[in-house]
Amino acid sequence: MSNWTKIVSLNDIPKLGSRVVRSAKGEIAVFRTEDDQVFALHNHCPHKGGPLSQGIVYGEKVTCPLHSWQISLVDGKAQEPDEGHTACFTVKVEDGTVYLEL
Amino acid sequence: MKKMQLVVIGNGMAGMRTIEELLKIAPDLYEITVFGDEPHPNYNRIMLSPVLAGEQTINNIILNSREWYAENNITLHTGKRINKIDRLKRIASAEDGTSTNYDRLLIATGSTPFMLPIPGKDLQGVIGFRDIKDVDTMIDTANQYKHAVVIGGGLLGLEAANGLKIQGMQVTVIHKSACLLERQLDKPAGSMLQKSLEDKGLTFLLEKDTEQILGENNRVTGVRFKDGSEIPADIVVMAVGIRPNYALAESAGIHCDRGIVVNDTMQTYDPRVYAVGECVTHRGISYGLVAPLFEMAKVCATHLANFGIGQYKGSVTSTKLKVTGIDLFSAGDFSGGEGTEEIVLHDAVGGVYKKLVIQNDKIIGSVLYGDTTDGAWYFQMLRGGKPIHEIRDHLMFGQDSLGNSGHQGQTKASAMADEMEVCGCNGVCKGTIVKSIKEKGLFTIDDVKKQTKAGSSCGSCVGLVEQILASTLGGGYAPPSTSKAVCGCTDKNHEEVRKMIRDKKLLNIPDAMKAMEWRTPNGCATCRPALNYYLLSTWPHEAQDDPQSRFINERIHANIQKDGTYSVVPRMYGGVTTPDQLRKIADVAEKYAVPMVKVTGGQRIDLLGVKKEDLVDMWSDLDMPSGYAYGKSIRTVKTCVGSEFCRFGTQNSTQMGIDIEKAFDHMWAPHKVKFAVSGCPRNCAESGIKDVGIIGVDSGWEIYVGGNGGIKTEVAQYLCKVKTSEEVLEYSGAFIQIYREEARYLDRTVHWIGRVGLDYVKKRVLEDAEGRKAAYERLLFALQGTADPWAERVQKRDEHKEFETITV
Repeated sequence: MSNWTKIVSLNDIPKLGSRVVRSAKGEIAVFRTEDDQVFALHNHCPHKGGPLSQGIVYGEKVTCPLHSWQISLVDGKAQEPDEGHTACFTVKVEDGTVYLEL
Repeated sequence: MKKMQLVVIGNGMAGMRTIEELLKIAPDLYEITVFGDEPHPNYNRIMLSPVLAGEQTINNIILNSREWYAENNITLHTGKRINKIDRLKRIASAEDGTSTNYDRLLIATGSTPFMLPIPGKDLQGVIGFRDIKDVDTMIDTANQYKHAVVIGGGLLGLEAANGLKIQGMQVTVIHKSACLLERQLDKPAGSMLQKSLEDKGLTFLLEKDTEQILGENNRVTGVRFKDGSEIPADIVVMAVGIRPNYALAESAGIHCDRGIVVNDTMQTYDPRVYAVGECVTHRGISYGLVAPLFEMAKVCATHLANFGIGQYKGSVTSTKLKVTGIDLFSAGDFSGGEGTEEIVLHDAVGGVYKKLVIQNDKIIGSVLYGDTTDGAWYFQMLRGGKPIHEIRDHLMFGQDSLGNSGHQGQTKASAMADEMEVCGCNGVCKGTIVKSIKEKGLFTIDDVKKQTKAGSSCGSCVGLVEQILASTLGGGYAPPSTSKAVCGCTDKNHEEVRKMIRDKKLLNIPDAMKAMEWRTPNGCATCRPALNYYLLSTWPHEAQDDPQSRFINERIHANIQKDGTYSVVPRMYGGVTTPDQLRKIADVAEKYAVPMVKVTGGQRIDLLGVKKEDLVDMWSDLDMPSGYAYGKSIRTVKTCVGSEFCRFGTQNSTQMGIDIEKAFDHMWAPHKVKFAVSGCPRNCAESGIKDVGIIGVDSGWEIYVGGNGGIKTEVAQYLCKVKTSEEVLEYSGAFIQIYREEARYLDRTVHWIGRVGLDYVKKRVLEDAEGRKAAYERLLFALQGTADPWAERVQKRDEHKEFETITV
């Protein structure tokens, strides 16, 4: 059974930016792209654990602030030739509010 | 919509490189079909010499496997030669009847070895040196026979001769001229080369004209010369030049002139037909080396992708002989002559010869023999047209002599063992890089950076990586152009971007990307910070600052650390503090349990390990301005004690430092900017390694610029001497403002000066008094009304919700 948790209003996430959610499953970075898509990843780069939420967001990717790995927001995969994977969380937007499935 | 059909004739390096470039930028535009007359997928033709010499295998030199074609949905026909192009119906058909329609056609038919038109040239055992088949023939012959003759003492001929010798044959090289490689080498280097090849067991017959190739039972047996002499031969390799393959294009009525004629966009006279590689004539020149082909491929791809950008303007080429144990490099015009100067180093016993030809303060040609480590460096200066007078004294002794720290003085790629570390940041050793280059078919520094990470962090080893790349690839290496695109999102270089922003008065990132036809919807982590800086520095108070396009440190006004915590460095103007400030810092450090308190090299105090959510409270408690220790901005002004206390001091350096730091506070720049002020020539503030270093002397102040204490230590250069502290502010401010307006993003002052030259800086700052004053005014205008970012954040903490963590 899905368990949707209300997080924040979409407008409180800056475009091409993110917010950090502290949850029982660890820190989750919730990103908003330019066209208002929302993605959620474990706030932890597969390389050296950098906080992805603090990176520069472009397209459907984020660049880790520590060593510039590029992580796909869609599936959490590091862009080649780097290898690694960050956990993704299911997220939805309803009436301008962001919900996480936890 | 149905995709357009792109048909490629020629499955070689030029054609497939074009397709790779095309797939990178427009992966879905075409249905692609490739015809190749060889039975193999695309392989690295320039590595055939190492294959012949037994140093490589065929499998290792395949560039694109059959799987690659399949993965990219490319239909590949190998072993099929196109013999007809019907331009009206737009059909290309092969000898075996296979035919296909095209919307666009790319001809990359390459070249064939030129066979001397002499009797006997069609005998069995007389071959060129062009493809895998030729290599197989040579190896088979070597297994059964003894005598090999190579006609032509050029690059290809010598590589073939060397390979045949290693395969166990007795090899004689016939050459028409008196000097080997006369198009690449001058006489002294040519003789040194001949000597070392003779030591390897090759025989040379120079100034010999071949009259006839002798044979029995339709098989070669010997060679006869015009002077009547004869030598035995079981195989004859003709390596006297290549001829572009343009017969197919010509038969289709496409304009040819000793090659398929193309314009600067690689288009032939038929707008649907493009051509690249050795088969073309561009501005009257056909190239037989691989580097120009890659440049053509890049340009051609942008036009096939319908971007309508990119121009090919011809290439300056360099060559390297791929014979193991012989290091030889040549580039440009090395023949010298009137109006040129030569610098020559010749050590006949040590086997080293270096010659640089200089004209109008620029390198126009170079020949290196025996020690080619600096070939890539000289070539880069040659292509970039860089003025050399500042380093002329050291030029001959190579890049090492200019100083480089952090690599144990190890800068000679060829002398390095495989397990030696090249990139200290990412722990990459030489063997890993060489393996990657060979196995993955890498050709550019960027490829190597991506695949191995070498050179991708601090960048100090890039020169070394480049050498490894050049020595692994030989002639296949194409040094990066000096004015490269900002990033993969655009073809525009930094200067073009700056000009557009100025000319079109672009004020925000979306407008700028639209006006300059950015390929990506919102750029990437490389171009967005650069654009943001260019907008702000060009249109201060008008352009819109985009926090999301700034690196986290500048967004949050603190420096991110490896564990995601931050460091806080308050400003202490001129490195001067008070007991009250120190007490506040101590209190704050205790209150927030700061794990480390450290004195920085810039004369202030760093509080390390601060949690993000504590930042604003700490700033509020500290009540001190931000030290900008995290930004591409003014950092510190380091000072010595100066005349107030020091018994040697001649000037009040601390006050000067405080004045500068206050005047230029809050200043963003292409990269960090560090100042220092010393009160006397003892220079205790280390002014010699700062972006702007000021040294007090009895009669005033000396100003030095372009110093750097970082990756590569650079000593600042003397700019001028001034009398008053007002002048110090005006001169150094003008210098910094011109740097802010004209340098590329992430250029330190030293890099910028390296490109434009100190003379240019002097002209702008010293000779043009009005221009200097105006530049200084522009800087003051840009800084007008700027405020401390920490105080601002404290005041408006409710407006910056995005920094708060949400707990569920």
